[in-house]
Amino acid sequence: MRGYHDIGGLPLGAIDRAQHDYALWEKRVDAMLVLLSSKNLITTDELRLGIETLGADAYERLSYYERWIASIARALVARGVLTTDELGRRMAEAGQRPEQDA
Amino acid sequence: MSPRFKPGDAVTVRRAYPPGHLRTPHYIRGQAGVVERICGSFPNPEELAFGRDGLPARPLYRVRFVQKQIWPDYRGAQADTIEIEIYEHWLEPATEGKTHA
Repeated sequence: MRGYHDIGGLPLGAIDRAQHDYALWEKRVDAMLVLLSSKNLITTDELRLGIETLGADAYERLSYYERWIASIARALVARGVLTTDELGRRMAEAGQRPEQDA
Repeated sequence: MSPRFKPGDAVTVRRAYPPGHLRTPHYIRGQAGVVERICGSFPNPEELAFGRDGLPARPLYRVRFVQKQIWPDYRGAQADTIEIEIYEHWLEPATEGKTHA
């Protein structure tokens, strides 16, 4: 089966080459991956597998760093670094905070 | 693991579709090319993806393919090539008479 991410050679139209600034949370996600990798708590391949198993709908809907953080969260739960309960509680907490950055 | 292939060897990419995280692009499976170089040996990313150590390290090859052969409607020069890094377990010795690279 062809993965929904494995699109080499498919006719999908022009590439959007517009540049954009990164939001603070996106930089944080990037930094988090670097830190977790340096502590051997995740590999690039685990990150990729997580993204490639989000499901086609989520893959299409989520932005680049949203895919990353969804995959990082899943990998850390799988490895026992976080529990789903901790993650759920912190996500609910974060949802209560006023927006800090765009 | 000592490398099974050497530069210049004609190889065919396995036409395989296992589940999981694969670094062999879909479009290149089943295609014939030539080993351009041995890149070294690295832990298997298909195993690393599941949090395992990926050992023993697998030889990784840079394999050269002819664009025109990969994309039948390719409009560039006949001699254009594409190189893809592929792990040894995805490669087989080319079947006689099937390589063009």
